[in-house]
Amino acid sequence: MSPLMELRNVDKFFGSTKALKHVSMQVHPGKILCLLGDNGAGKSTLIKVLSGYHNPTNGAVMLEGDETKFAGPRDARQRGIATVHQNVGSIPLMSVGRNFFLGAEPIKGKWPFRSIDTKKANTIAVEQMRKFGLTRVENGDQLVGTMSGGERQVLAIGRAMYFGAKMLILDEPTSALGVKEASMVLKMMRVARQNGVGIVFITHNARHAMSVGDDFCVLIQGEVAASFKRDEKTREEVLNLMAGGEDMTALEEDLEQID
Amino acid sequence: MNKYLKRPETGAFAAFLLTYIFFAMATPGTGFVSVNGTAGWLNLAAELGIVAVPVGLLMISGEFDLSIGSTVGAASMILALGTNQFGGPTWPMIAMALMAGGLIGLCNGLAVVKTKLPSFIVTLATNFIVIGATMGVSRLIANVTSSSIFASESAKMVFAFRWGQANISILWWLLVAFIGYRVLSRTAFGNWIYATGGNEDSARAAGVPVERVKVTLFVATGVAAALVGILQGIQWNSGNSTYGMGYVFQAPIVVVIGGVLLTGGYGSVAGIVFGTALFGVISSGIFYTGWNTDWIQLFLGLLLALAVLANNYVRRLALTSK
Ligand SMILES: Nc1ncnc2c1ncn2[C@@H]1O[C@H](COP(=O)(O)OP(=O)(O)OP(=O)(O)O)[C@@H](O)[C@H]1O
Ligand SMILES: [Mg+2]
Repeated sequence: MSPLMELRNVDKFFGSTKALKHVSMQVHPGKILCLLGDNGAGKSTLIKVLSGYHNPTNGAVMLEGDETKFAGPRDARQRGIATVHQNVGSIPLMSVGRNFFLGAEPIKGKWPFRSIDTKKANTIAVEQMRKFGLTRVENGDQLVGTMSGGERQVLAIGRAMYFGAKMLILDEPTSALGVKEASMVLKMMRVARQNGVGIVFITHNARHAMSVGDDFCVLIQGEVAASFKRDEKTREEVLNLMAGGEDMTALEEDLEQID
Repeated sequence: MNKYLKRPETGAFAAFLLTYIFFAMATPGTGFVSVNGTAGWLNLAAELGIVAVPVGLLMISGEFDLSIGSTVGAASMILALGTNQFGGPTWPMIAMALMAGGLIGLCNGLAVVKTKLPSFIVTLATNFIVIGATMGVSRLIANVTSSSIFASESAKMVFAFRWGQANISILWWLLVAFIGYRVLSRTAFGNWIYATGGNEDSARAAGVPVERVKVTLFVATGVAAALVGILQGIQWNSGNSTYGMGYVFQAPIVVVIGGVLLTGGYGSVAGIVFGTALFGVISSGIFYTGWNTDWIQLFLGLLLALAVLANNYVRRLALTSK
């Protein structure tokens, strides 16, 4: 199967900072690509390239086989690439329905009495979240600020899926969540994968990555240090890679000495 | 019950009701609750209310406009100089005054959006620029800073008609409030106003044209302020550069009393209307008690402080329970 999106030898420089160097990677439909790496490794920069926020300094971005240059995040979104940031994305003091349809509100009636179809917005929003396993939210009028972090992730992902995303970029969607909430989001990613969506999953958590990932890509100082498929490496090896190639057991000994 | 507590207008409604009952009981037999007395406080609220609605929407979107005061004066002077010194026809001069208000709003909006400076300071500057320019130009043209207005009969019907004691500005207030309510609560644009004030980055990420939202609201505020200038000018048969200076702070005060969060993102037109009505009741009620009107300021100050605290509480309440 041809990749949904592909980076070929992409560099991204900020002045003298080389945030990305010769990065090549592929995102496939119906697969979850886990993007791993330490702080400052270049993960955020990489997803900004994928989501049309940055253009690469060198190299090519291929979308469904064609070389592409995004005019901006909006352009990328219109072509089916949805990005869900960790905290950004929903507005606490607005209702679930209004958040879900923000920027694409369903309208009913004729001018001058055209108005938002709140009922429709609420029904669809609640339905869509239920489809992804979130049954606790039953009322579309509920303020998003009263929902948990995981529920907000579900809202954002469900929203992107409803509006026809082909690719989802999730920036640390599970990092601030407890065990139950994280597993709800991970389950949802599996549902999205079944629907043929390609997912880029950024995380610091090797366990979360191993539980859903199909492909893995480890960034160290802006370079792809390793890329492999599921079952090609053990959890230990992945952990070591994530720590920037240093031995995890050595790091743990360090920690013990601090105590 | 809880559901009503969380609504942004509940506090303003309760405060309005209590204050009204207080003054009704404190001034027996003085006519405060009579038709004329009611017209009295509605008149006081109406013109402030016309600017308070768009100022409130602007504050929900996260911006301030302190230039409304000078816009009111400028609009009245355009009408005065136009109909008096230049002997122009009334209606085109009215159109010009409204356009001037829109233009001031447009400048405010573009300046805020382009420079990303706080609108508080940008519009404070505009307020002085506009009043200075109005006075300067008026002096240059006619060597006055206030001047008579010669309005046509039809314009007097529309902007200065009275039923007994009630001014037609009350109807204008209702109209502006109705439009404001429709826009904020029922249209997609209203959704964008909340989103822009609630979290600008998220709104932008969702495809909301936040710059356009803000500029549009600044323009609407300018036009509304000009409308008030026209109403006052024609009622009093004169224009004055300093009309409306009281609104600079009164408008944001009644908006906050009406339950709009200072940080933006939360509020309602019903709340703004009750906040404004409360202002009318206090201003006129004090007069009926025979107390010194200086107490109005004290009252308003206390209410504002209370409202800010209450709004924060309501916000927390809204975010903790379903
Ligand atoms: N706009 C920018 N201008 C200059 N340097 C930048 C810019 N964006 C990122 N960088 C630099 O690029 C490098 C990679 O940063 P990036 O944010 O992509 O890392 P990250 O892997 O997302 O880290 P974290 O896990 O902490 O989020 C860092 O050295 C950072 O300082
Ligand atoms: Mg990052």
